Amino acid sequence: MKGRPELYTSYAQDTAFLNTRPKRTWTGALLVVALLMPFAVTDDLLMLLATGFVAAIGAIGLNIVTGYAGQVSLGHAFFLAIGAYTGAALSGDPDGRVLGFGVTSLPVWLLASGLVAGLAGLIVAPLAVRLRGLYLAIVTLGLVFLGEHIFREWTSLTGGPGVGRPAAVPELFGVRLDRASALFTGPQQLYLLMFVLLVIFAVLARNLVRSRIGRAFAAVRDRDLAAAVIGVDLARYKALAFAVSSFYAGVAGSLLFVVNGFFDPGSFGLLLSVQYIAMVLIGGAGTISGAIMGALFITLLPRITRELPTVLPFISADATGAVTVFQVEAVLYGLLIVVFLIVEPRGLFGIWVRVRNYWRTWPFSY
Amino acid sequence: MSLPGPGNPDPGNPDPGNNVLEVEDVTLAFDGVTAVDGVSFHVAAGELFAIIGPNGAGKTSIFNVLSGVYRPQSGSVRFLGQDVLGKRPHKIAAMGVARTFQNIELFAHLTVVENLMLGRHNHMRYGALAAFAWVGRARREELANRAAVEEVVDFLELEQWRRLPVGLLPYGVQKRVELGRALAMEPKVLLLDEPVAGMNVEETEDMARFVLDVRDELGIAMVMVEHDMGLVMDLADRVMVLDFGKPIRTGTPAEVQQDPDVVRAYLGEQHQTVGGSA
Repeated sequence: MKGRPELYTSYAQDTAFLNTRPKRTWTGALLVVALLMPFAVTDDLLMLLATGFVAAIGAIGLNIVTGYAGQVSLGHAFFLAIGAYTGAALSGDPDGRVLGFGVTSLPVWLLASGLVAGLAGLIVAPLAVRLRGLYLAIVTLGLVFLGEHIFREWTSLTGGPGVGRPAAVPELFGVRLDRASALFTGPQQLYLLMFVLLVIFAVLARNLVRSRIGRAFAAVRDRDLAAAVIGVDLARYKALAFAVSSFYAGVAGSLLFVVNGFFDPGSFGLLLSVQYIAMVLIGGAGTISGAIMGALFITLLPRITRELPTVLPFISADATGAVTVFQVEAVLYGLLIVVFLIVEPRGLFGIWVRVRNYWRTWPFSY
Repeated sequence: MSLPGPGNPDPGNPDPGNNVLEVEDVTLAFDGVTAVDGVSFHVAAGELFAIIGPNGAGKTSIFNVLSGVYRPQSGSVRFLGQDVLGKRPHKIAAMGVARTFQNIELFAHLTVVENLMLGRHNHMRYGALAAFAWVGRARREELANRAAVEEVVDFLELEQWRRLPVGLLPYGVQKRVELGRALAMEPKVLLLDEPVAGMNVEETEDMARFVLDVRDELGIAMVMVEHDMGLVMDLADRVMVLDFGKPIRTGTPAEVQQDPDVVRAYLGEQHQTVGGSA
């Protein structure tokens, strides 16, 4: 209604995807900025951002099972690995050193990676029906070690530790996106590809979590007894949460190394799972935009710490000094998780909400 | 439809064809403690049936049997002629049994509307793929059920709290939202576990009014467990008194109040009467 943007006159307005004017404006502005980015910043930063967008897809997946459905999973690295190897094997060179089927079309291997990982999630899901909380976390942790072992030994697929294999081939309609074209450089194209994919998967996830499925996830998280008594099939929804989450992990995994072009089995250790947990916790559990913020933050963190030696001279930029950037980075992960859990449990999303609420009532905020 | 034969232990069941809920000789024991011991009762359509008794009498255990959380060792529970025992809670909910809890079991992080929408979970049938796209059936069902939820918001006068997370609401309002979530299910029988526990006089009166409205306007049969005797005697059509899991009297509020066994159970002489005869 004119002049009263927050007066809803239909349920369609009330349940709309972006239901307030500021949300529409800000989302539009962000889209424009993100699309103009390739023309404003250097290629190496674009590659970092592209990796961040892929990580965001994975973090959204973890947030669905952990943030929305409340099932703590430390096994995200395992599902990322399944996606990475499915994508790489499907699109790999059939005559190459490692397994490859030569299906280079991006939509095909992307979807296949998601589906294979989703299926793996569905197989693991019955554990979540029996276990909860810490016990589930420990069991999913076991998946990571299991996966590490399999991928280390299965050298015809993975190339073996220290050697690795080429990542999936990003070919869309016959065009290799990682190679420079007439208009764009390779990193620019990859940046735009990852951004478009992130927008698609974020919109899909946001739709899911505001649907009856997403509400059922939240019900299982908040009160599982009450959820069952109002008609939510606990086993079914826990399994669905795991399947969707691992689908997202599979998609993200298959894209994760496209930017670098190469990966080895050592990439899928416990640290990777912890990084994704950190993205979800720092970004804000149970929000899609929080997962994106957290993923970008964690991905850009090494870049920020690398700038530290210029400001703080006692930190050395290489591995030789008493305090190195790599040590600072490792400590920062832990420190950030601790600080956020204590000071701002709702993460970056919570900070954003506070800033927003401050300015909404400005200058009468108190 | 129902079969209370000659040996029917449920007394005073004049019209078995009219029953929504029939509980027969249910016994539930946990490792030697018999929480529910041979309980039988029936609830007619549109009736408000109350279960009272001292602490630990097995009232909430009966609710947990009815909603499928516990499985009793013996007895039968029939809801609209269908056997309920052995079904999982979400199946029983889908049949049309709704309940509220003694200690509020709301989804604290979700808003009032979202909690009520969860009550309508089984009224929507679209699957995960439709949910991703949010078009067609998913969108239609969401909008239709959002409108249906608004009826409940209106009925329970929850307008001002619609968008707030329920965890932030006052206790009395949370109890009301929980009733709303059960009503949103459009149940055929509603189990109320201490609907006014911990409420002040004003909140109790509000809740009493809503309970009466549910019976008179919506015509939903109710089973209510409650310690507030004034409320039970004012509202209930019939009352069953439990003591140590055993039913000691079922009848109208007036009959029950004058029963010597009931008076004994409540005035603390049960060690000589019930305990002595066991």
